[in-house]
Amino acid sequence: MEKILKFSSSTINLANEDIDTDQIVPARFLTLPSKEGIGDCLFYDWRFDKFGNPIEDFFLNKPEAKKSSILVAGNNFGCGSSREHAPWALVDFGFKAIISTSFADIFKNNSLKNGLIPITVSEDMHKTLLDNEGIEVAVDLESLKLETETGKSCSFPMESFSRYCLINGIDQLGYIISQELEITKYENAQ
Amino acid sequence: MSRRPKTLFEKIWEQHVVVPETPDTPALIYIDLHLIHEVTTPQAFTLLRENNLKVRNPKKVLATMDHSTPTVPVTSLRDLDIVSEKGPAEQIRNMVKNCNDFGIELYGFDSDRRGIVHVIGPELGATQPGRTMVCGDSHTSTHGAFGALAFGIGTTEVAHVLATQCLLQRKPKTLSVNLSGTLNSGVCAKDIILKIIGDIGVDGGTGHVIEYRGNTVSSLSLEQRMTICNMSIEGGARAGMFAPDQSTFEYLENKPMSPKGDHWVQAVNKWSNLVTDVGAVFDKEVDIDIDALKPMVTFGTNPGMVMSIDAEVPHHNGNQSFKQALNYMKVESGKPLLEKPIDVVFIGSCTNSRLSDLQDAADILKDRKVASNVRTLVVPGSQAVKAEAENLALDQIFKKAGAEWRESGCSMCLGMNGDTVGEGQLAISTSNRNFEGRQGKGSRTILASPKTAAASAISGFVQDPRIYEDQ
Ligand code: SF4
Repeated sequence: MEKILKFSSSTINLANEDIDTDQIVPARFLTLPSKEGIGDCLFYDWRFDKFGNPIEDFFLNKPEAKKSSILVAGNNFGCGSSREHAPWALVDFGFKAIISTSFADIFKNNSLKNGLIPITVSEDMHKTLLDNEGIEVAVDLESLKLETETGKSCSFPMESFSRYCLINGIDQLGYIISQELEITKYENAQ
Repeated sequence: MSRRPKTLFEKIWEQHVVVPETPDTPALIYIDLHLIHEVTTPQAFTLLRENNLKVRNPKKVLATMDHSTPTVPVTSLRDLDIVSEKGPAEQIRNMVKNCNDFGIELYGFDSDRRGIVHVIGPELGATQPGRTMVCGDSHTSTHGAFGALAFGIGTTEVAHVLATQCLLQRKPKTLSVNLSGTLNSGVCAKDIILKIIGDIGVDGGTGHVIEYRGNTVSSLSLEQRMTICNMSIEGGARAGMFAPDQSTFEYLENKPMSPKGDHWVQAVNKWSNLVTDVGAVFDKEVDIDIDALKPMVTFGTNPGMVMSIDAEVPHHNGNQSFKQALNYMKVESGKPLLEKPIDVVFIGSCTNSRLSDLQDAADILKDRKVASNVRTLVVPGSQAVKAEAENLALDQIFKKAGAEWRESGCSMCLGMNGDTVGEGQLAISTSNRNFEGRQGKGSRTILASPKTAAASAISGFVQDPRIYEDQ
């Protein structure tokens, strides 16, 4: 696992609320055997018309999308299906963080395991970001702080163990395996 | 000193802590049963192979295929290519190989026990009170109907559980949904859960485990409880649960994997303690009265956009997402949905494909015909449900009415197995998600109960099932 300490990028917006993982990766792409290249399916049905041509004003088709690794999205991002294909596709496309006012539980868990940072901010901060699409934002996982180029900043919450694993490049599976003695003890006591 | 009263959830949680939670680390929780299917496991098995890991306890894994699996008859892997596209066919073969390689028993094509993973768990008696259960599938919440703590996980976590039988988890909060009143005729468990989601919102349960309580509960069958728990995730909740009671024990007695003899007696004794203590405190409570509940239908593109069947589509008050949803659905604020023409009716999915659901639909379809321009698909949740329904000749009722009767599987719930709703078509579906394109690219979905779906199939438009109830 790669260590993630801090990064900065311009933002790009998808302001819809309650974006579900069926939009992020439609079900017919769930048969892909691996994670590589799955970014091509990201928001497929919102991104391409029925002939497979890019829909010009969709945010991923704007030239800015190539440069931006921070997505500012509407409330309750990632609801619905548990498919981890959703964060895989966002990461494969090049996103490092999603900023919203809230995230669905499973999506948030899945993202943290793939180095995609779900950042929950206040409505006020959220509005500032939405109103200033393209603004440069710096994210610091050590101090759990987010700061815009205009100096507006806030801290954000993150589950402490996930944060520890991300900044140290530690794989959670390795940690669980290191608890082998405890697991065996539990099993024997049943 | 008296013991602190605990909720049902807390009791199960505490019994499964392998390593307690600290500020720095989540709890390590033991998982009693891991359900797996073909769609969310391939990358997990790859991870095991890459790290030279075995499946820690293959006997604690229940494997089936349902999502990519065709619902036309296929009995061997060789026939698969005739009916399936390349992707799904590969995925199914891959599942067979993975289960073989890692020593996991698979309820595959040749099994008369195959079916949607959330239907076969309870049917087999694998779903039991007090168990922790996970699956790479958000509707794992279904199993909470039995007083299990059951929730969906991602593929990385599937690998964690395969390798270690454990999961890292922060303890979720609790939400008590207090149900009062009795169901009116023509109204189903599906209508209860749609009403709940409408009330709390699609993120109302985020971070919480729901326990359904109140005076309605004892009158609900296990199949009704499963329908309610199934859609808990649609309200954002991690899990939904009902405390086990006499009906739970009656359901489970003599199921293939249920404890037998003395073990059964001991199990029931133990399960009987799985109730929320008097005085236990929930983080949140919501009251839902179902005395006046009518059949419910969704009008938008998430399960919280729901209304009574005889209501008018609400106004969006400038909310862009709401407006986009109405545009997509081609519905208008202030207009009713009743009598809106439909193209497809789907009766199936892990929400509503059990025998009682099929019976509900058959009661209405008996001696009637579905409208000639409506494609009606009835898909049993498992091969066992299929056999039971055929024993009762329900399949004859469906076929005579002009509906298609299929093999079990997820089918039109998610459109990745060959069964889809066409671009622009409007479906009434007993499944759980009305997201844009959920049932196929460009498809539009109205969620409803099996009764509403059956009544609408006959009329060819959105129809109130209560017109058939008094006859
Ligand atoms: S029936 Fe639908 S919701 Fe249920 S497991 Fe299958 S795809 Fe998922």
